[in-house]
Formats: sequence, structure tokens, C-alpha cells
Amino acid sequence: MATERLRCRECGTEVPAGPVYVCERCFGPLEAVYDIEALRRLPLRERIEAGPRSMWRYADLLPVDRDPVVDLAPGYTPLLLAPRLGDALGLRRLYVKNDSVNPTWSFKDRAVEIGTAAARRFGYKVLACASTGNLANSVAAHAARAGMPAYVFVPAGIERGKILASAVYGPTVVEVDGGYDEVNRLCAEIGEEHPWAFLNVNMRPFYSEGGKTLAYEIAEQLGWRAPDDVVVPIASGNLFVKIHRGFDELGTLGLIPPATTRMHGAQAAGCAPVATAHRTGDEVRPVRPQTIAQSLAIGTPADGRYAIATARATGGVIEAATDDEIVEGMKLLAQTEGIFTETAGGVTVAVLKRLAAAGALDPDGVTVACITGIGLKTSDAVAPSLPATVRIRPTLRAFEQAVAAPALA
Amino acid sequence: MATIRIPTPMRRYTNGDRLITISAATLATAIAELDRRYPGLQGRLVNGDGRLHEFVSVFVGEEDVRLLQGLQTPLDDHSEVSIIPAMAGG
Repeated sequence: MATERLRCRECGTEVPAGPVYVCERCFGPLEAVYDIEALRRLPLRERIEAGPRSMWRYADLLPVDRDPVVDLAPGYTPLLLAPRLGDALGLRRLYVKNDSVNPTWSFKDRAVEIGTAAARRFGYKVLACASTGNLANSVAAHAARAGMPAYVFVPAGIERGKILASAVYGPTVVEVDGGYDEVNRLCAEIGEEHPWAFLNVNMRPFYSEGGKTLAYEIAEQLGWRAPDDVVVPIASGNLFVKIHRGFDELGTLGLIPPATTRMHGAQAAGCAPVATAHRTGDEVRPVRPQTIAQSLAIGTPADGRYAIATARATGGVIEAATDDEIVEGMKLLAQTEGIFTETAGGVTVAVLKRLAAAGALDPDGVTVACITGIGLKTSDAVAPSLPATVRIRPTLRAFEQAVAAPALA
Repeated sequence: MATIRIPTPMRRYTNGDRLITISAATLATAIAELDRRYPGLQGRLVNGDGRLHEFVSVFVGEEDVRLLQGLQTPLDDHSEVSIIPAMAGG
């Protein structure tokens, strides 16, 4: 149902829903407000189960109505039992939420679809974003579908696969010297000068609600229950916080038993401000990212403090994985479960492995690893560690010599 | 004179002023001067411990002051200071 009000997460001040993202009183972030009592009166489970096989089956719990003009049908992605990866890690009921099969192959489609519908609701004519790549891909695709011009801003030098997967939809792709934090800062300033809908800036209270649908789906796909442990990659920390919010809301609305899910976060060691602050108990200090996991390379994570509070409140851990572990994580998931994820997914798998080894996960409980993007966009990360192909003449003899004989040896 | 760029959500405290020029040797003295001209502004930027609020980012030139010397970051007559609400999301 369309949200009519936004509330400051810090001081609780409420304002009418609009293209605002910061509380004018204290500068805290604004969030969508829902009429929980009205939702409780609806037969929610029946309405959800009768809905489309996309994230819009949860429209009652989202801040905008489904907008057919921009709907690429993201979400309702597979929740796969992962027995071979589970065997490798000593987890008996491990699942992979494969969000790499969204319309633009990352979880960002969930947020962008809501943010784009909000942009149209507020009369914007141009879409824009600051992105490490995946968000730009999604904004470009949704702009194309809606017939809107788009400007997407990315750090110079990101993976070519992510540039291409934006450019094909016809936006203006702007590569900015610096990292994501510089791009983000520039976009905040551009947003002051140009009346554009920056999905992750002035549409943020709407956009960021998309992450909740991952939790809704996981719970529904598990038969209306929350998992015992969840591992989620952390860049800004927003997805991590919203997945927890999603489980929490389902409990509040009586759709599942009250959730006691432990929320575990995964960062790359080369950009781990949230993991570091979680460990030291200090505030989140900005870092200069240096990691192959470029989609997680946010040195000033705006939701870092909320992610730490969530991990602490639920008994979760936030860990970091080295670049070598990330590559091994990508290969481990591919070679045990047939899922080729990007570097961020490698971070998730590597941290999952660390947590399992450290006894931080219940080996008999239901664990879900959130795989948020596809490997083809970051193929350069694994390419150097993959074996060369075998090249032969088209003869049986060449095959026997070069392939069959070594395999039997 | 250093130039301070005020973001939209904060302009209600600066009577709508967008660019403010101030002569100050450090960010801390610039914020104190801002507060003298627009009473209450300091509390919007700095918490009770005398540190920047976590959801406010301040840049001097291209650099986040948290990666410089925080509130003690030096300013000169050519400094451009930007105040930006902290938000992110790749």
C-alpha cells in the first residue's frame, strides 16, 4: 500500500511522503511508515500467495503500488537447498538464496523497481544513481523500460562487464575519478542542482525498502518461517538491515512465528569498516577500499552503525574475507552447487565458511546464504585461477591422447 | 575566505543561504562561526562529544574530513567545504 508518511530513524519526526531523504530536524535518515493495524486486518498470507511470482506478491508490505510501466518482474528468485556446499562446510540444512537471476542479475532490481515507481509518483522525468555497477545496470534497464533518460555514475575503472551491462540500455554512463565514496558525494551535490530522481539518494526511503522482499521470500519459501542463521554481504549495510526488518515485520504481522534469526554480515578484508567496528566496539571509521569485491567497496557505509546494532541484537557476527578467500568462495559455490556468483557472493561464501569453522552457525539449523549478483559481470576476478582449456585437433586419437588418457592416469 | 556549501535539508537553518564564506583556520572554528551567524547549527553537525554526527559527512576539497584531521582539519582562503548528509548504497 502506498506509504503516506516518512519517519526519521534517529529522532522519530514524521513528514508527508515525498522526495525527501533526510530529516530536517536532525539529519537522520527517513524511512517509510506503514499502517500496521490496517495490514493486520488483511488476509495477508492469502493475498501474497495469490499474487504474481515476483516481489510484487508482497505489494501490501511495500511503500508504493506496483507500476506496470516499470515492472521487470524481479524477485521470487530460487531458494535452493545446497547439500554439497553444506557438506563441505559442515552445515546440514544450508540454503542459497540465488538473487543473481533477477532481471539485471543482481538484488538491486528489487530496490530500483520500487524507487522508480516512487520517482514516477513524484513526477520525476530523469533517473540517476551513484553505483559500483549493479545499481547502474538496474537503473539503466528500468529507465529504458519506462522510457526515461538516465544518468548513471560509477567509479572509473570498475569491471567492464558492469559498464557494458549499463551501456546497452542507452543511459549516459559517467565514470568518475575516485571510488564509490567520491561518486556518491558528487551525486549528492548534483542532486542539489538538477531535479533528477537519484534512486539511492532522494528516492532512498522508498528504494531501500526493496531489500525487505528478500526476507519475505526466504520466509515464504521455507514454509512461512524465518531461518536460524542468515549471511548477507555488507556494503552500505542497508540490505543487511532491511533483511532483518523484513523478518521482523513478518513476525509482527503474524505471518511467521516471531523471528530469532541471527544476522551475520560479510565484508571484504580490503574494505571492512563495519566488521572492524563490530569487533572493536568503536564507531564506524571510514576506510579507503582496496579489494577485488568492487560492489562492496564502500568506505563510508551509511548504515554501518545500524548493521552493527542489528548483528549485536540478534547474536550475529560480521566477518571479513581476503581477496584470495573471495576467489575461492566463488569457485566453491560454482563447483559444489552450480551457481556462478560475482565477487560479493564470493565474500558471502568465504565468510559463511569462516563462520561455520568458528562454530558461529548452528550446524543443524536452517542457514541461508544470500547470493546477490552474477559472476559473469566480474569474471576477471576468477579468470586467472581457472585451468586452461584443452585444445585438440578434431580426431579421436587427439582426444584419447590429450583428454581421456590424462583423466584415467 | 573559505566557502561552505550548505545542503538543501539544512538551509532552513541558514535562512535559505546556500554558499557561506567564512574566514577560519580550522573546520572547528568555521563551524563555531556558522553557529554564531545561525544559532543552533553547530548542534546539527556535532554531537555532545564534540565529534561530527555519524550521519553527516563533511568534505574539505575532495576529501572526507574523517580521513583528514576531523574537526581540526585546517582551512585556508581557498578551501571549499561541503556538508553532505551521509547515505550510501552501491
